[in-house]
Amino acid sequence: MGEKVLMKGAEAIAEAAIRAGCMAFFGYPITPQNETPEYFSRRMPQVGRVFLQAESEVAAINMVYGAACTGTRVITTSSSPGISLMQEGFSYIANSNVPCVVVNVMRGGPGLGDIAPAQADYNQATKGGGHGDYHSIVIAPHTVQEAADIMFKAFELADKYRIMVVMLMDGLMGQMMEPVEFREWVDVKNNKVPVWATVGQGERGQRNIITSLEILAEGLEKMDIALQEKYKEIKSGEVCCEEYMMDDAEYAITAFGTVARISKTVVDLARERGIKAGLIRPVTVWPFPDKVFEKRAEQVKFFFDVEMNEGQMLLDVRLSVNGKKPVYYYGRLGGIVPSAEEMLGELEKLAGGKNENII
Amino acid sequence: MEKQVVISGFGGQGVMLAGELLAEAGKTEDKFVTFLPSYGPEMRGGTAYCDVIVSDKAIASPVISFPQAAIILNLPSLNKFEPLMKKNGIIILNKTIIPQDVKRKDVRVCKIDAQTIAKELGNEKVTNLILLGAYAELEKTVSIETLKKSLKVYLTGRKEKLIPINERALDTGAAAAKEYMACHV
Amino acid sequence: MKTLYKVPGAITDTPTTYCPGCPHGVAHRIIGELLDEMQLTKKTVIVWPVGCSVFGYYFIDTDAVEAAHGRACAMATGIKRTHPESFVITYQGDGDLASIGIAETIHAAARGERICVIYVNNGNYGMTGGQMAPTTLLGQVTTTSPYGREAHANGFPLKVPEMLAAIDGPAYIARGSLDNAKHIIQAKKFIRKAFKVQVNNLGFSLVELISSCPTNWKMTPEESLERIRKQVLPVFPIGELKVDEGVA
Repeated sequence: MGEKVLMKGAEAIAEAAIRAGCMAFFGYPITPQNETPEYFSRRMPQVGRVFLQAESEVAAINMVYGAACTGTRVITTSSSPGISLMQEGFSYIANSNVPCVVVNVMRGGPGLGDIAPAQADYNQATKGGGHGDYHSIVIAPHTVQEAADIMFKAFELADKYRIMVVMLMDGLMGQMMEPVEFREWVDVKNNKVPVWATVGQGERGQRNIITSLEILAEGLEKMDIALQEKYKEIKSGEVCCEEYMMDDAEYAITAFGTVARISKTVVDLARERGIKAGLIRPVTVWPFPDKVFEKRAEQVKFFFDVEMNEGQMLLDVRLSVNGKKPVYYYGRLGGIVPSAEEMLGELEKLAGGKNENII
Repeated sequence: MEKQVVISGFGGQGVMLAGELLAEAGKTEDKFVTFLPSYGPEMRGGTAYCDVIVSDKAIASPVISFPQAAIILNLPSLNKFEPLMKKNGIIILNKTIIPQDVKRKDVRVCKIDAQTIAKELGNEKVTNLILLGAYAELEKTVSIETLKKSLKVYLTGRKEKLIPINERALDTGAAAAKEYMACHV
Repeated sequence: MKTLYKVPGAITDTPTTYCPGCPHGVAHRIIGELLDEMQLTKKTVIVWPVGCSVFGYYFIDTDAVEAAHGRACAMATGIKRTHPESFVITYQGDGDLASIGIAETIHAAARGERICVIYVNNGNYGMTGGQMAPTTLLGQVTTTSPYGREAHANGFPLKVPEMLAAIDGPAYIARGSLDNAKHIIQAKKFIRKAFKVQVNNLGFSLVELISSCPTNWKMTPEESLERIRKQVLPVFPIGELKVDEGVA
């Protein structure tokens, strides 16, 4: 670890990616994450790596796809509308089993929406998003430091499972500055081309073909099952979840990303008022930490899910709790960040037995 | 100790720089800090503000809903944040271009003729640093000396020559705040 | 014994899936011969398209990737930029390149991306059953222009090499034809030049190959080749359209 530097989230993730051994960036400008490609455009040439501004998000993700086929650590970053454009590429990448990292700095939608922070792409990210039965690993940091740390992990997971890893952030985390301490540089001097990569056959005994196509249904079913097996392995080994003040909690707030961070303030404020609240914060939103919810359902009186969307993670929480305890929801839409005070107000109402304004 | 301040003014008044300097100084003093800018589609003009939190412990929410302190550089900012201020919070006001009085009686006010002082120092653009100096003097969030160190991080290259006038602005602002509070409290 | 004919080493033993009389096989053979002759096979990655040649990697014996429809030039860019030692070719049809993939093609060309694009134009969407393409001739009947392509409704045939020759990025742009032996030999010369452009790191190259689609044109192979000469080549004339200094 080095010294702490004060950095915007959008820049910290770029620096972290470079230190994590990311050799190439392909992307297209979109607010509120332009600081990320701008940072890459300055830094990548300095370290002899690739930066390319693509003509569109569609081209960008297919450049990422191509680079991933060479076994190179590669990244693209975008925001909601741009991520929508990339969905076809995500689906191809999934069924081709190639590794890459994608950052979505979410903004308000649908459509052109606005550029304020939002979390309304949760379903798109965690359920696949493009066509076909697939998943990406989806990680939702809640501080700039955590985002920088997770970037290393994201590349490791991508390589380990040959899968796309999505870092799900929002405009607030992208624009916010915090002191960051970066992990040591990953040594790239002796990078080797993986045996499965398509760079020309060379001395390899056989040629490699990377494709998401299998025209025979029986063959494609086998490929699909193999994907599902991989997902099972990821579900059993890579779930990550933070619990805050949950040991004696009677009420579990649940949230991810920025809202989870604000929720820690809510927990503190609630406890000052004698309400024993805690927080369950899924760090991986896919795979979802369902066991944690299952376990805490025995303990708490209810769950209180807060999101900057219309209740998308809510469904995963409800599936995990499986009717054992009530799961209430509060959210703001359109790019409004809920304040700790309004969340506390809602929690107090619920804990007092009233639940108006709650779906 | 957790100090929260909103800094707000027109785009171009150096609101973000003041916030970043404060955050940088907090970091230098080994505190936890967050700096959260408002952002919009426009690059210049319009009201811009940022939330800065400096704390001894890890900061949960970086969003300030109800400020303990506000550095207010223009009238629209006063109108926006006055109603949100916490009781006994403090508003540090750029009196030069804000003719209006603070109506609330439950907040402290420090009016500084910042833009005039800045002009006298030789550059109207250091208005932000005069107010930041005043804030640091009153709230002791970070020391003036650490803020001066932060200047060296942010004003580099062509801007390096602006360090002395900005240092003077911090000192002058601190002195003005002291004087104002001595007469008014 | 003197060898008069043999399958190029870069061509597999797999029988192609193309219709009888389809010139894709000829285009594949030209590429296979050149990869052999220029000793490029082992360093080549071919980016295959969506279209009739979607299974091209079964027939040409190199490392291969299968692009999404139209995205071959973007994918090739990703490969070449991160692994410049690879020899990268895209093989695309007219629907893939000139319609859905025109943006990726133009920008790869404008960037002077060090890739070779082999662009096979048969004037319709062959694989999906003969629909109208951007290259369909005026008056030509297809399954989605049943009354013949009309300029006021469907626009004019798109001449990609002429467009690309007008921008600064590409090093070499040519159009050949696969309708007879003489033209095939000429087409091979064009492709050899295009390959050399990449070998010598000179930039982007594209060779369009005018081809036929006997099945969807509803003609015998001979008739379809005759149609190329009578109707297609007057609209899409063959020749070199851009040859940068240093290209030989």
